[in-house]
Amino acid sequence: MTSSARSTSHWLLHYGLLAFYVAFALFPLYWLLKVSVTPNDLLYSEGIRLWPSRSSLAHYTFVLAHSDFPLFFKNSVIVSGSTAVLVTLIAALSGYAMSRFDFRGKMWLVGLMLITQMFPLVMLVAPIFKLFSPLGLTNSLTGLVIVYTAFNVPFATFLMQSFFDGIPKDLEEAAMIDGASRFRAFRQIILPLTLPGVAATLGFVFTAAWSELLFALMLVSKADASTFPVGLLGFVSKFSVDFGQMMAAGVLALIPACLFFLLIQRYLVQGLTAGAVKG
Amino acid sequence: MASIDIQGVRKSYGTVPVLHNVDLSIQDGEFVVLVGPSGCGKSTLLRMVAGLEGITSGAIRIGERVVNELAPKDRDIAMVFQSYALYPHMTVRDNMNYSLRLRRTPAERMAHVVSAAASKLGLDTFLDRKPRTLSGGQRQRVAMGRSIVRQPQAFLFDEPLSNLDARLREQMRVEIKKLHRDLGTTSIYVTHDQVEAMTLADRIVAMNGGVVQQVGTPLDLYERPTNLFVAGFIGSPAINIINAVLRHDGEQRLIALESGERIPAPPRVGGHDGQAVKVGIRPEDVQISAQAEGDFAGHVELVEPMGLGTIVHLGTAHHALKAFVVERVNYPVGTNIAYRLPASKLHIFDAKTGQRLPE
Ligand SMILES: Nc1ncnc2c1ncn2[C@@H]1O[C@H](COP(=O)(O)OP(=O)(O)OP(=O)(O)O)[C@@H](O)[C@H]1O
Ligand SMILES: [Mg+2]
Repeated sequence: MTSSARSTSHWLLHYGLLAFYVAFALFPLYWLLKVSVTPNDLLYSEGIRLWPSRSSLAHYTFVLAHSDFPLFFKNSVIVSGSTAVLVTLIAALSGYAMSRFDFRGKMWLVGLMLITQMFPLVMLVAPIFKLFSPLGLTNSLTGLVIVYTAFNVPFATFLMQSFFDGIPKDLEEAAMIDGASRFRAFRQIILPLTLPGVAATLGFVFTAAWSELLFALMLVSKADASTFPVGLLGFVSKFSVDFGQMMAAGVLALIPACLFFLLIQRYLVQGLTAGAVKG
Repeated sequence: MASIDIQGVRKSYGTVPVLHNVDLSIQDGEFVVLVGPSGCGKSTLLRMVAGLEGITSGAIRIGERVVNELAPKDRDIAMVFQSYALYPHMTVRDNMNYSLRLRRTPAERMAHVVSAAASKLGLDTFLDRKPRTLSGGQRQRVAMGRSIVRQPQAFLFDEPLSNLDARLREQMRVEIKKLHRDLGTTSIYVTHDQVEAMTLADRIVAMNGGVVQQVGTPLDLYERPTNLFVAGFIGSPAINIINAVLRHDGEQRLIALESGERIPAPPRVGGHDGQAVKVGIRPEDVQISAQAEGDFAGHVELVEPMGLGTIVHLGTAHHALKAFVVERVNYPVGTNIAYRLPASKLHIFDAKTGQRLPE
């Protein structure tokens, strides 16, 4: 085989595999979209088709105008947004400390944080409910934010630590010698270089909180504090599942997450530290 | 500008001692070079002066002030890192500005100082570039520029040239020397390159294993090394070391080399009859001749032409010997060579302690 034929077949194999993977991964999303625009009367009558013969936005109109979904959305945005910001803030500080300082009990702290990640969360629902209910934190968005923050901080801390570990210590030392306090060096020199890490952490926590169901279901029983995953369950009634509306709501639920990633994707691109030090 | 005084300073990491009782006084305006092999604690000492490492015991003064408990930002010193440590998200101008901005220097003065420093270092055309677009040499200059805009009490350099190629290193060495001549700022310079140490220093501090071995001018260390370590570390090609025994033969003092040959001891050397010693002689002090005009006989094992001169490796019955000659000799391997070890050029060290014998 000539080398150009060889490289062409490599190219084909390479992109063929990628295309297959992308199609495989995105197909459910496509199906979500397809069902959401399929009118109810065609849903079961048309058999399996890639696109319905007639499409309509009726499900969307219904979900937006006649259901509690706008409220659930608002709640989800508030809860996920505050959790993401809060967790990232805490994780940035604790990750920095983990990366830069040696302090007594560090090993224990790391161990403890790992242990919190080992329990199945179901085990914790009852005790947390018990704790929260006298404090008035059940049926409240604040309660959800607290729980999500608590469960996401350990992992986010490890994530941020690994990003800080990638930034040479020389940089903040140079800044400190230039006349900055450690905190100022952190803010003005280190943090700007960790933006990809901050973005990744924000994104990770946001998605985790956005799709969390267990606690959202168990700690909240009233509609006015429900988040959208709980709302989705509302389409499953005793006698039927309203697939069209459920899918429409699902598509809508994707929008904030997509917007959020669009916003941070610029920072997810690595390579900001190039040129800091030799190499 | 200020003097720097290091008194009885120790440093341990946990229970591992890294610096043992370092005493060093650096005068105002002096250029002091710390040299020593890797891991001897040079950087640690420098970083303690900078305030980046805690001081286990002892005191460091900058000017009249004890700075032990002072944060780096309050010590008014500048430091050039081996990695340069440029802020990657800032332009060259902002890198150089940063310390001035923190001190709320008026914009006009800041612009003036930065452009003066930039033109001194040949950086004028790079001011608006980011560090990653610069070559290693240019980054090195920016790191220097960042230090000189401040007019600090002292400059600290931690192997600033070791990431550059040989040609550039030589060039920057000269520039650093000129800079020091122009600014006269007290400087501490860490390197493991003894050529840098010799050429730059007003005084050299030779360190080994966390202990200061000798402090003195470059020629002090070269001509009167206080122990075997300094003798071996300073000078390239390295000094020859030969095992020997001191012999007092009536009035005459001799050195019996391990080969059995005897040579006169240097005048005024101390020590006692029968003392085991190590004799050092620098390669350029070994006199060789192909005409058999010498005290001892050897043969050529290897010839290394250096352009500047030639290193001739001699084999003798009992020890190897390097000789450096300015001539371009090209002896075939095996040539018989006579050599002489002039008494006045010998360095005699106690074999056990490695210390130079008193004179
Ligand atoms: N944070 C630390 N914890 C424990 N030991 C350390 C630490 N930093 C340095 N050391 C030890 O202290 C000793 C001196 O280190 P230092 O960096 O001062 O050496 P150096 O003379 O600058 O060497 P080099 O020429 O390789 O830079 C080394 O043996 C090193 O292993
Ligand atoms: Mg070092």
